[in-house]
Amino acid sequence: MGERPGRPRVSWLSDDALCVTLGDGIDDATIARVHALATQLAATRPAGVLDLVPAYASVGVFFDADGIGPDRVCAWLRSELERDAPVSAPADARVVDVPVCYGGTLGPDLDDASRALGMSPGTLIERHAAGDYAVAMIGFAPGFPYLSGLDPALALPRLATPRTCIPAGSVAIGGAQTGIYPRDSPGGWQILGRTPLRLFDPSRPQPALLQPGDRVRFRPVDEDTFRAIAGAER
Amino acid sequence: MRQATLEVIVPGPLTTVQDRGRTGFRHVGVARAGALDPDAAALANRLVGNADDAAVLEMTLAGVTLAFDVPLRVALCGALADMAHIARDGTCTSLGHGRPLRLPPGRLRVGRLRLGVRAWLAIAGTVSLPQVMGSRSTDLRGGFGGLGGRALARGDRVSMRVPALDVDTPSGPSWWVEFDDPIDHGVDLHYVPSAHPAAAGLAAGAWTVDPRSNRQGLRLQGPALESPRMDIVSGPVAPGTLQLPPDGHPIVLLADAQTTGGYPRLGHVCAADLPRLAQVAPGQRIRWTPVDLEGSRVLRRQRQARWKRLAHLLDTRLDPWMG
Repeated sequence: MGERPGRPRVSWLSDDALCVTLGDGIDDATIARVHALATQLAATRPAGVLDLVPAYASVGVFFDADGIGPDRVCAWLRSELERDAPVSAPADARVVDVPVCYGGTLGPDLDDASRALGMSPGTLIERHAAGDYAVAMIGFAPGFPYLSGLDPALALPRLATPRTCIPAGSVAIGGAQTGIYPRDSPGGWQILGRTPLRLFDPSRPQPALLQPGDRVRFRPVDEDTFRAIAGAER
Repeated sequence: MRQATLEVIVPGPLTTVQDRGRTGFRHVGVARAGALDPDAAALANRLVGNADDAAVLEMTLAGVTLAFDVPLRVALCGALADMAHIARDGTCTSLGHGRPLRLPPGRLRVGRLRLGVRAWLAIAGTVSLPQVMGSRSTDLRGGFGGLGGRALARGDRVSMRVPALDVDTPSGPSWWVEFDDPIDHGVDLHYVPSAHPAAAGLAAGAWTVDPRSNRQGLRLQGPALESPRMDIVSGPVAPGTLQLPPDGHPIVLLADAQTTGGYPRLGHVCAADLPRLAQVAPGQRIRWTPVDLEGSRVLRRQRQARWKRLAHLLDTRLDPWMG
C-alpha cells in the first residue's frame, strides 16, 4: 500500500442526505475504496437509510428524515467510518458479459474513430473489447454506467455536433471514458457499436442490468447474434 | 367501490401523475420524482379521504379538463384556479379550491392557475396504474411511471376504483384550507450554506426565477456568483442541492433532478422551504437567508406542527362530506 488515504469528509446534500467524500480525483484506488465503503454501509445500514449512491469518489447516503432522523444516521455513519474496513473492492465483484456488435450501421463512428486513432477498425474493436471495465457509478440517466478502465490510447474527442438521437444500447467513447446509452437519447460520444441487452427496463424487478461496482467485459458478436439476442430480450 | 373512467379532454401544459416518489433505486440513476409539494398533495388527498401518499394529478400553469362517468369526490390544493363542473345538460357550477367537492358525472374543468404555478388534484379512490419501482410517480426523463412515463395527453383514458357516491348536484363546504400562503411577487426562503467560498453570496443577491426552470431544477437569474475554477468530480446530488454552474447562476435541484452532478455545491435548501419552490413563477424573486442545520430542523418541526394542527382540524370537519 502507498500513502494512507485522507480521512473521509462528510457534507450535507439536503436535510435528508449526506455525502461521504473519499478523494478528489478519478482513480482506480479511490473507486475501489468507494465501492468497499458502499458495500460495508449496505451490510450495516439501519432501517430508514433509503439509498446508498456510490460515485467516483464519494458515497451519497439518503435517509428518512421523519423515521431514523439525522442524528442516528450521523452516529451510525461515524462509527462505520471509524472502523478500519478493507480499502479494496470485494474480490467477488460480479462480471457482466456485454455482447457488442461493432461497426456497420450499429457502430457508425467505428471507421472514423479508428482512423483518428491511427489503427485498423479490427484493432480498435480488439483493444476496446480487451478492456477490464468497472461500473464506477450510474448517473446522468437511469441505468447509464460510467465505466472506468478505458485504455488511454483509445480516448476520443466528443463529436463537434452531438447527435439528436443515439439508439439505446449504443456503446461509445467520449473523452477518456466509455459507456453505454440505456435509452434513446441525444449525445456527443463516438459510437463504436451496440449491445442487444436492455440496460434499463423499469418492468424488471431489478430494472438496471449493471450495478455500481460490477465489472464489465465487452464481447464482439456478429449482426446475426446481435439480432438473436435482441429478439430474446424483447 | 365502483369503476370509473376518466377521459382527458384538455391535458393542460404539463399534467403528470405523482405520489411521494421513489426510493431504493437512486444508485442505478433513478430520480425521486413525486409531487413537487408533497404537503399540498397530501392535503388534497386528506380532503377526499385518500391516504396521504396516494397518486394525484400535478398541474403546471393551467389545469386539466376531465370527463367522468360516475360521481367523484375531488379536491384541489396548491395554486388557486378557476375551477368548474359542467353537468351533462351543460349547467356550469364554479367550484372552490382547498375543500372536498362532490361531483355528479360530467366534466371537471381546471383553468389557469393563479398565485402559484402548480396545483394538485386528488380524486377519492385508487387509480388503476401500476406501481413502477414502488411508486406511481411519472419519471419524465426516464420515461416510466404514471401514465406511460409521460404527461397527460388529449384522449387519454384512466380508470379508477372510486367510492360509490350518490350525488345529483355539485356540492362542497363553504370553508377551505391552504397549507402555505399564495405566492404573489416572490418568496423568502432559507438555505444551509456549504463551505464553498461563493455560498454566502446567495444571500447577498436578489434572484429571480429563470423561465427555463422545470421539475429537474429551478434556475436563478441575478448577479453571477464568482466561483474559483475547480475541477469537481461528479458525485451524488439530492433534491434541494444548490449547484453553481460555471456561468455563476445557481440551480436548485428539484424532484426530477439527475442523481449525480459535477458542479460545485453552494449548500442546500431547507427541507421546510423546498415545497415553496414548486410555486415560484418565472420572473418572481427569491430572497435567501442562511441558517445552520439546527435552524433548518427547527423550520422543519414548525412546518410539521402546522401540518398536525391542520390535520386535526380537518378530522373534525371532514366527516359530513365523506358520505
